[in-house]
Amino acid sequence: MDKVMSNKRIIALYVLPSIILIMAIIYIPIVLTGYYGLMRWNGIGSMEFIGFDNYSALLKDDKFWDSVMHSLVFALLSTVTLALYLIVALVLTGNIKGANLFRKIYLLPMLLSSVAIAQLWLKVYHPTTGILNTLLVSLGFSDPPAWLSDPKYVLGALFVPILWQYAGFYILIYYAALKNIPNTLVEAALIDGATPRQIAIRIKLPLIMEVIKVTIVLAVVGSLKYFDLIFVMTGGGPNGHSEVMASYMYRQAFKAFDFGYGSAIGFFLLIICLVATWVIRKLTETKDPIQYS
Amino acid sequence: MKRKAIAVWALMLALVMVVSACGSSGGSGDKVTINMMHLWPEGTSKTQYTLVKEIIDSYEKEHKNVKIKTEILENEQYKDKLKVLSGSNTLPDVGLAWAAGFLEPYVTANQFASLDDLLQGDLKDKFVSGTAEAYALGGKTYALPVELNIVPVYYNKEIFAKYNLQVPQTWDDFKNVVKTLADNGVTPITLGGKEGWTGSFWYMYLVDRLGGADLLDKAIATNDFSDPKLAEAAKMLQELVDMGAFNKGFNGLSNDEAKSEFNNEKAGMYAMGTWEVPNFTTNPDVPQEFKDKIGFFRFPTVTGGAGTSDTWVGGPGVGLFVSEKSKVKDEAKKFVSYFIQQWGEKSVTEAGVIPATKVDTSKINLPPMFIDLLNELGSAKKVTLYADVQMKPGAAQEHYKLIQALFGKEITPEDFAKKTDDSLKAGK
Repeated sequence: MDKVMSNKRIIALYVLPSIILIMAIIYIPIVLTGYYGLMRWNGIGSMEFIGFDNYSALLKDDKFWDSVMHSLVFALLSTVTLALYLIVALVLTGNIKGANLFRKIYLLPMLLSSVAIAQLWLKVYHPTTGILNTLLVSLGFSDPPAWLSDPKYVLGALFVPILWQYAGFYILIYYAALKNIPNTLVEAALIDGATPRQIAIRIKLPLIMEVIKVTIVLAVVGSLKYFDLIFVMTGGGPNGHSEVMASYMYRQAFKAFDFGYGSAIGFFLLIICLVATWVIRKLTETKDPIQYS
Repeated sequence: MKRKAIAVWALMLALVMVVSACGSSGGSGDKVTINMMHLWPEGTSKTQYTLVKEIIDSYEKEHKNVKIKTEILENEQYKDKLKVLSGSNTLPDVGLAWAAGFLEPYVTANQFASLDDLLQGDLKDKFVSGTAEAYALGGKTYALPVELNIVPVYYNKEIFAKYNLQVPQTWDDFKNVVKTLADNGVTPITLGGKEGWTGSFWYMYLVDRLGGADLLDKAIATNDFSDPKLAEAAKMLQELVDMGAFNKGFNGLSNDEAKSEFNNEKAGMYAMGTWEVPNFTTNPDVPQEFKDKIGFFRFPTVTGGAGTSDTWVGGPGVGLFVSEKSKVKDEAKKFVSYFIQQWGEKSVTEAGVIPATKVDTSKINLPPMFIDLLNELGSAKKVTLYADVQMKPGAAQEHYKLIQALFGKEITPEDFAKKTDDSLKAGK
């Protein structure tokens, strides 16, 4: 094995197929997207080079910035809810009865596709026959809001299924990380008389800090490019009040036949995601990471 | 080692040659495969799906060497896929396209073949006047329509009878109907506002009745939305919203969800294209008692308005195109011609679709609602093509949003007209 690994040519040979694949389906399209962003192109006919016109129009496009705001709201909310997931994971790893069952229950939504979840929640939110409003009416609210058509509520209403959808994923990650903490550390703390809360905050959290950082990046970048559930549930409406960057990109490229502009939005989305990742890395940087043992 | 490798290569090469030889022998003998894409899935458009299948079967029977392969997608996915395919020059040989604004980018990119030879030949004088023309650009016709639709207002006779309501003739009558129903806790009109185009019908009709049949066409053609009547129509629409005319939360509901409220008799009225008529007449899955309860009426006139009640919002729906890049263009055209003729003979009776080709109502046996509608179509003074189809794609997207904002009372009627004007002038 060592002999193979020391041969640079062999390494290159084995890495080559995946590099070619990644190049062909990820990096080259990214470069092409940036390039199409420089064109006036309806996606079908011939292209015309217009320099940075699409990008400068983008910077002045209020509707685009609205969609950026909505995406950022989602990113912020998902980051905050990570705390919720973390608490659930902490509870599940403490020796409570039925932890295994709960873990499976939380994981279940992750097995459904976004479109199925969207259809499900469309029924829940139906203004007259939905479960939610039926419940509210029976509780005495005579005129509950029409969740998905009211500009005031639509973002919040969309976030609930997203929170529900990803709960299992993040809880699973935290659960695995917490289980990885050597039991000896917790036992030592117990002998020293630490309370469960002290153990959680002073011992467990610092030890899984690296995992938390990764999940923050995942949550932020994931929400910035979020598309499917919103697209099915509201299509960005009413009047653009739930439009996010990805759905705006889709609308411009595929519905308004402006592929050049859509590509510019896509490229911008990539840059925003990269910047967000970099900023999060910087903000959460620690001088000397805590190690086990 | 080396010899072995050569042997392997030789073997592989031989295999490839055998396989490709098989492929080419299959293609000889004048066998032709025509690929067709359409948007009537068995689940949601059963009658159309069956008719298409029937026509293809009989064509294949008459032309033994032709095989027709179909790919079926639902409306919106169909549009997206068509666009992606055209980007890589791999459009199906035959497919369906919409008129005017939708067609334009495909035609300028030289994706669709001109079908003028069919129009001058086999299909001469077969179409209702003004229908095939909607697919013409620069004097050439690029698709041939298979359907023609207008938008009546359907109503539930039982609900109307319960509250002693008559079919409204004028806008004041209509508002009275709305008020009576709303006061009695019945949803007067159901609307799937999430999709924009549904609300557009109501706006278009008000513009028509208020400002006459040509106002909207002219405004869109000249990119000038400054006529005060255009804002006034928007204002009348908001008055209707204020009266509680539309179902709760309509801006978050799709057309299908809104339709189910009408079909479950929870709403009194529903304005939709005549593609819905089979559900009120021939569809075997709908109970007869419900079908008997449904009628339709012309959109009421506005007192003092320039419009009359015999103009309709509507237009040809989808039309068949032949791909310019197709390898079997001639065969595909022959099939299109056959399809249009067969469709014209059978579509009303078998699928409940009004074809764009002329129908002789005296010869066929049809449910009364169809006969009435076909007669309305025969005596119609004008059919105004859907606003979103008339507009360029960018402006159409903006139109959907503005209609939502107008119905949702987020903008004033004046801003609605102003912003429509801006989006038209942007020229996208």
